[in-house]
Amino acid sequence: MTRRRAFTIAAQGLGGIAGAAIVLPAVGFAVAPIFHRGKERWEAVGPVSDFVEDTYRQVVFTETEGIGDAGKTTAYVRKSSKQLEEEPGKYVAVSNRCAHLGCPVRFVEAAGNFICPCHGGVYDFQGKRIGGPPVRPLDQFQTRVREGQVELGPRYSVTSQLEPVRARDPGEFTGGIWEYLYPPRPSTFPAP
Amino acid sequence: MPKLPTIPDSIVPAPLRKPAKPGEGRGGNGQAPADLKTSPPERQTDVKRLGDQAKDAPADVLAWVDQRTGATGFLTGMLFRKVPKGTNWFYTLGSATLFAFIVQAVTGVFLAMFYTPSTTQAYASISHINNDVPLGQLVHGMHKWGSSVMVILIFLHMGRTFFFGAYKYPRELNWVIGVILLILTMTMAFTGYLLPFDQRSFWASVVGININGTGPIVGPYLSDFLRAGPELGATTLSRFYSIHMLLVPGAIISLIGAHMYLVVKLGTTAPPWVKAERPKIADPVQQLDAGAESNGGGNGASPTS
Repeated sequence: MTRRRAFTIAAQGLGGIAGAAIVLPAVGFAVAPIFHRGKERWEAVGPVSDFVEDTYRQVVFTETEGIGDAGKTTAYVRKSSKQLEEEPGKYVAVSNRCAHLGCPVRFVEAAGNFICPCHGGVYDFQGKRIGGPPVRPLDQFQTRVREGQVELGPRYSVTSQLEPVRARDPGEFTGGIWEYLYPPRPSTFPAP
Repeated sequence: MPKLPTIPDSIVPAPLRKPAKPGEGRGGNGQAPADLKTSPPERQTDVKRLGDQAKDAPADVLAWVDQRTGATGFLTGMLFRKVPKGTNWFYTLGSATLFAFIVQAVTGVFLAMFYTPSTTQAYASISHINNDVPLGQLVHGMHKWGSSVMVILIFLHMGRTFFFGAYKYPRELNWVIGVILLILTMTMAFTGYLLPFDQRSFWASVVGININGTGPIVGPYLSDFLRAGPELGATTLSRFYSIHMLLVPGAIISLIGAHMYLVVKLGTTAPPWVKAERPKIADPVQQLDAGAESNGGGNGASPTS
């Protein structure tokens, strides 16, 4: 090790540290939202008497705060159905976000199906995919009853058997090996 | 290609004049002008002297800069570089793309003077630009339609490069830089689409981000990075704005610099239908061989003897 070489290494090392001191905080600042989970949010959408077993009622509530109307989302809410052998006394809230690429689906009363206007995705009464390009059933929202009001909470996704998993973005498969290929994001809430 | 009119040397500053071809040097064979022999030089009046100084001033300024930067050699080399035979209008697509980028940059700077990257005010500020600001609709329209023009020109330029085989040795690196520029331009188009924050841009961005998210393993994190959270929100808009007007333009400008440096450094290719001319001088190796033959093996160092 010559004196010249020692100084070269020291100068390059100091330059590297100085560079990292600028770049690392900046990059960390930009990627931090990936690891940040917001506050859990519940919103009352109506008294329990508003919701029945055999059809949905459309409700609009705020999913993201601070951006006005753009932060609102639509859910279709009903009472759990005895006929479909669901857990009694619960409320089902199906998100209108298509599991294909996130367009808003609409519940068509006459057909008893959810239909997406963008690319023709079709879901049955429970939100299971029965046609078109979607890769999984429609997302749902956690529900609870407080003081006679039905409240909607964080979003979660479901597998093709309607088992709850952590929320995935549209276009991502759920269940089986897909749970590893599309890992759950730290910014989402644990499934109920 | 039609012949362009030649610019008289008298109006081109001396350092930027096209260098004379060999054997055509100005001023003849070093003979003094005839009038110098017959009549003595005139005495200059003050007015004439000042006039001459004024005439020389631009050239003097250029010379001052040139002496300190050495720009002349670079500029003459760049502006008067040789282009191959058969160069045609297709070769202007790269410059056209650059021009489209400059239009985007200039109109973008002026749009930023009126635009507010806030979810509650973005749409209103765009309406204000379109309806109230003088020529606002024109500048916004140039930026909006110009983005499509730039993307189309890039693909035409890329097609020209591909079909003329201009990506081959030694220009592979320039192709790679060009592809990075293409990706950056697509990033510009994607991030710019959200900024008006109307229904179309909102849902197009939702779909675009979700397409990004379908990439296995990294996809979900990429979506969260783009949205700055699990849902498209206020931070998404400011994030897209920052990427659109600060991050990517900086990268594009520096890469365009590298792209053009390589174009000047390596020169352009002839179109594939132009055949290479037979060289006037024979291959030097053949010449050497021929020389060895004619020397008749008198050289003892020859390995054949």
